Amino acid sequence: MSKIIPIGPYHPLQEEPELFKLYCEGEIVKDVKWETGYNHRGIEKLSESKTFDQVFFLVERVCGICSTSHPFAFANCIEEIGEIEVPNRAKYIRTIIAELERIHSHLLWVGLAGHFLGYNTVFMWAWKYREPVLDLFEKISGNRNSYAMFKIGGVRRDIENDKIPEIKKILDLVKKKTDLLTGAVMDDPVIHARTKGVGILTKEDIIDFAAVGPTARASGIAIDVRKDDPYAAYPLINWKVITAEEGDVFAKAKVRLLEMYESVSIIEQCLDGLKKEPEGQTEIVVKNIPEGIGTGHAEAPRGEVFHFAKTNGSNYPVRHKIRAPSYVNIATFKKSCIGQTISDATISLAAVDPCYCCTERLASVYDFGSGHKILGGEELIRISQKQTDKLLKL
Amino acid sequence: MEKDFQIDELKKHFKDKVILIEKKNNRRIFVHISPDAVVKISDFLFSNLHYRFIIASALQSNLGFEIYYHFSNDKNGEIVNLHVILPAKKTAIESLTGLFEAANWIEREMHEILGIDFLNHPNLEKLISEGNWAEGVYPYRIEK
Amino acid sequence: MGFKEFCFKKSLWLFHFGGASCNNCDIEILDCLTPRYDVERFGMLLVGSIRHADVLLVNGSINQKDKKRLLEIYHQAPKPILVVAIGACGCTGGIFAEGNTFAGPVDKIIPVDAYIPGCPPKPEAILAGIVKLLNKKPEQHKSA
Repeated sequence: MSKIIPIGPYHPLQEEPELFKLYCEGEIVKDVKWETGYNHRGIEKLSESKTFDQVFFLVERVCGICSTSHPFAFANCIEEIGEIEVPNRAKYIRTIIAELERIHSHLLWVGLAGHFLGYNTVFMWAWKYREPVLDLFEKISGNRNSYAMFKIGGVRRDIENDKIPEIKKILDLVKKKTDLLTGAVMDDPVIHARTKGVGILTKEDIIDFAAVGPTARASGIAIDVRKDDPYAAYPLINWKVITAEEGDVFAKAKVRLLEMYESVSIIEQCLDGLKKEPEGQTEIVVKNIPEGIGTGHAEAPRGEVFHFAKTNGSNYPVRHKIRAPSYVNIATFKKSCIGQTISDATISLAAVDPCYCCTERLASVYDFGSGHKILGGEELIRISQKQTDKLLKL
Repeated sequence: MEKDFQIDELKKHFKDKVILIEKKNNRRIFVHISPDAVVKISDFLFSNLHYRFIIASALQSNLGFEIYYHFSNDKNGEIVNLHVILPAKKTAIESLTGLFEAANWIEREMHEILGIDFLNHPNLEKLISEGNWAEGVYPYRIEK
Repeated sequence: MGFKEFCFKKSLWLFHFGGASCNNCDIEILDCLTPRYDVERFGMLLVGSIRHADVLLVNGSINQKDKKRLLEIYHQAPKPILVVAIGACGCTGGIFAEGNTFAGPVDKIIPVDAYIPGCPPKPEAILAGIVKLLNKKPEQHKSA
């Protein structure tokens, strides 16, 4: 008799908080079904009642972790409609913020992945080293999350040149700690045993589900909006797209860890670029947005964020469509989980980085026939952690 | 120019099904097509030209319901938007789920928020509205 | 010392309910557990089931679907329980208060003992809020 294990329902992205039901026979997951709507806030509808300047604050709150990527994509979209070219200084600042966000998001993911594996040391480490990045945000924008840096035609705040050495100092610290963390994760035999060959997504799966970001790059498909359709300061500097071939959880971890180094290097180059641009030139004045249709995308830590907007010459968008990366990435669970054991399913689900921290809370196991609760979310993680313990003893 | 060649190919293959090809700039192309050819043209873009399906956006306007299917070419950053117009009386269109799994969720979502029917969709169940708004209510429709 | 006072004297266990939030508050709550803030030194522990909890932390705007769940969780909670609304959305609905699925701020659904505003509140603010709650006289607890 197959049993249903619900995972969820709370999940933080725009329209995609969902309840996953794993249909299990014994230990093996046979099917995955989902139910969403717990987090539907009607952002697309709300957006139609806000002016272009206000929409930035709204889209920032689509997802707290990607709170730069959504404004970035929306800015690209509106600037395409109005054919607006932002000053170079603003481009650099936008890029710096986006890359800092990538570092903090990847660190967050590594920590949570460690937690799900029962490796709480990694969790505590990663989150400890994430704090200096958040401090940097506080220094630059005044808030630890939701930075409110973007506006049409530029950025709201400048990064003064005399702040640059200080930022570089913190970056050096972050880099040193990342080395430590990368070493701890990549060389650990237990992590290898738990993540290699688990939750494999092939190239065909990725194309079928149109998955994006680190999920796709870990399967050998080098899609990265920053490279494919360069925006902001990305075409002005040197960096490379990180890919891996295996498509398993370990490859996804590897891609994310190595991407952090690229991000540090991008930020350093942008800071150097910033010195050459005159201070204070952070925006151009935009009077009105003409009628038109625009599409804009940006590479969030989890993949491509896509915004579509239709304007009619007024102050408000007529229609605004948002596609967050997890919307397509989460659907790949159907491929990555089936045939896995329950204990591996936890980390397979976490591997696409669906802001999983929130889904663990209400996870519980129901007996398919009677509907009685058998296992809670804690137990689910405990099962996963027990398997790590078993490996440790070998 | 490879880019131009591909889009011209679209016109050559589908003749009168492609109503108009509009280039906003090098990387943004709008292709207005007739609704009954959406599966064939999407299949051509996906299978022959290896475009990636990003998402579809639906909206209501004076013309009825409009759907933009966004496809991306990851080699040169081009975005092709297939644009179809459905008259307000006949709000049904063929589903793309037969081609790629990625169309599954978004078609369910468009069905819920605007009431567009997708023919041959394997499972046109509720995605986000369950418990949030009643059946038969389409919050994104414009009230007249 | 009365029973209620005794209950809330030491080692509060927290249960975290995230409504339709943007995840910032969830992350900041989790951040409180990690080395820099380390809420566990006060004996506070995030638990996986409401049945073990002394404090219910609610963040995010509550939509129609969440409302049912929130009420269910509140009824399952062992009384006395303290309820803390975290973030602008938990306190008032914030930017989502005009949304079409919004079901009311937390205090319209269940009694709330403390509000921690901010978008998102800093971990220091969350700690300060909970400490203030601890020092509140038990007869002032709404839900106890």
